[in-house]
Amino acid sequence: MLSIKNLCARIGENQILTGVDLEIKAGEVHAIMGPNGSGKSTLASVLAGREEFEVTDGTVKFLGRDLLELSPEERAREGIFMAFQYPVEIPGVSTINFMKTAVNQVRGHRGQPPLDAVSFLNLMKEKMHLVEIDQSLLNRSLNEGFSGGEKKRNEIFQLAMLDPKLAILDETDSGLDIDALKIVANGVNKLRSKDKGIIVVTHYQRLLEYIIPDYVHVLYKGKIVKSGGKDLALELEAKGYDWIKDDVAV
Amino acid sequence: MSSTGTTNKETDVVSALASAIGTIPAIQQVREDCYNYLQQSGMPGLRHEEYRNTPLTKALEKFDLSRARSHGTVGAVTTDYVVPELDAWSLVFVNGLPDEAQSSAALLPGISIRPLQGALESGEGLVYFAKIANPKKDAFVAWNTVGWDNGAYIEVKDNTIVDKPIIIYHVTDASEGQVVTISRNLIVVGRNCELTFIQKFSSQGTHPRFVSSVTEAVVNENSGLNIYSFQDDAGEHHQFNHTQVLQKDATRVNTFVFTLNGKTIRNNLELSLDGERCESHMFGLYLLKGDTLADNHTVADHLKPNSFSNELYKGVLDDRARGVFNGKIYVRPDAQKTNAFQSNRNILLTDTAKVNTKPQLEIWADDVKCSHGCTTGQLDEEALFYLQTRGIPKSVARAMLLYAFAGELIEAIKVPALKLYLEKIVSSRLQ
Repeated sequence: MLSIKNLCARIGENQILTGVDLEIKAGEVHAIMGPNGSGKSTLASVLAGREEFEVTDGTVKFLGRDLLELSPEERAREGIFMAFQYPVEIPGVSTINFMKTAVNQVRGHRGQPPLDAVSFLNLMKEKMHLVEIDQSLLNRSLNEGFSGGEKKRNEIFQLAMLDPKLAILDETDSGLDIDALKIVANGVNKLRSKDKGIIVVTHYQRLLEYIIPDYVHVLYKGKIVKSGGKDLALELEAKGYDWIKDDVAV
Repeated sequence: MSSTGTTNKETDVVSALASAIGTIPAIQQVREDCYNYLQQSGMPGLRHEEYRNTPLTKALEKFDLSRARSHGTVGAVTTDYVVPELDAWSLVFVNGLPDEAQSSAALLPGISIRPLQGALESGEGLVYFAKIANPKKDAFVAWNTVGWDNGAYIEVKDNTIVDKPIIIYHVTDASEGQVVTISRNLIVVGRNCELTFIQKFSSQGTHPRFVSSVTEAVVNENSGLNIYSFQDDAGEHHQFNHTQVLQKDATRVNTFVFTLNGKTIRNNLELSLDGERCESHMFGLYLLKGDTLADNHTVADHLKPNSFSNELYKGVLDDRARGVFNGKIYVRPDAQKTNAFQSNRNILLTDTAKVNTKPQLEIWADDVKCSHGCTTGQLDEEALFYLQTRGIPKSVARAMLLYAFAGELIEAIKVPALKLYLEKIVSSRLQ
């Protein structure tokens, strides 16, 4: 469903991605690991459409369409969802109202009628249960004053509500205690299916104990330098990233 | 008026009012004082500290006061200035003349609503007129004191809860030519009362307008007063607005100023907390576009101990719009245990929009809690991106964020029909 070829991107004068190649098929879970500053979050941001990054070379096809031509909202409506590493606090906009607008935008794009109040509420209750999030939290301003764990759970809640084809989790595990991590992972696992792709961007192997990936890729200096199965993550955990760096240097 | 440039124009806009001095004998002395004061001080130019950003005098000088004050289009205006579904006692002034046919203010037990002129002539309100607002503190107040020729006297007797708001519609019809109106209100609220007072300014026609409006109010022990002001006049509309409230013990005052349009708008708001255990909230929202300038000068003057004041003004500025905020908090030596807070927040949507904001705290007491803060910035790009990644188009996301920013002030409105009315205007403006 997603085909990335020789993707290069920079921010300002800083070349961050230097030629990423990645193929993701429906039903697969890919983990992207790598040391700090290797370009993991940049890759996630470029896929989501963040404008600060300039794509200097390469192509990204999503379900046959040129993803790079689309605005962030068009990508979302086509079925891409990025869970933010740092979810934004938006005072004055309640999560519920925001989700209602978003869900109906996405539905409209798929040619579905907007959800009425009751159906929306039912859908919401079901998905709230999935990530063990309380309705009182969703009545509040979006992420405002939420703890780190609440913010990440809210991201997975939104993921569940919008039901995307490709989910990108950008360091969703950072700053989570083990209980919150399990809830988040459990939420993601329930959304795994034959027709969905998932990209898990993470620095640590810990999350991958709960979301078992089909493939693990190591991103270093803006390129994927090593790919393997889930055992690669364990190897990275045991040995650190230095041996990869040494490998690349050779 | 002379066009040679040698005439002192500042004196011209003053001497044009000379004929008004003797029209109400009861206040002739006050008017003479103000007139003489103005002859000496002149009107404030851009070098005046309190008017350095606001060329209101320049705007006033463009009017031919001998002609622009001739009225007579009452009844000819449409009624689309009315706030829909608002259950209120209404007074309508068209170009400064009362439009009795459109007014609904009836005789109510415990309330007296009448033209200010008549009230003063029969001795009512004389102890307060031009005493709550000192005319010599701002030449535009003095100018209004000399020249006003219309307005309301509202008196609420002790223990009266006024069940509906009283609204004054100030309609300016400038379809035939330029118009200047000068109006004045005096509100006397007794003990244990509640009153909501609304002023709505709207215009028709495209000729230039200058509207001067001064409202003085006294709120006696244990009473509540809400004052709303809506300014939504398009085009060449210049306005001076001064509202001053004297608060006695245990009074509650909420003020709301919404500025949505105009050319040069100056709003003075002064609350004198001359009582203990007072609570005051000052809310302001300005949504400006084009080349509108809106200047809010506010004062919370704490004279006695144990009172609370809170001020929240927000602005969204588009195009070349300009905002000015000056917020003064005075805590006098006797006003121990004062809590006084102030916040001014602005969003600039373009590089050419501009805000000058200046908090001024002067504190003589030592046991007080005071804070102020001001922020001016762009719309949060990260928040915009976040909403977009959930499938929300940028234009909708932008409107959502702006509405969320302004929403806090709309939420504060206590009259449901007014809240709905403003919600609609604001959301259509932010689309």
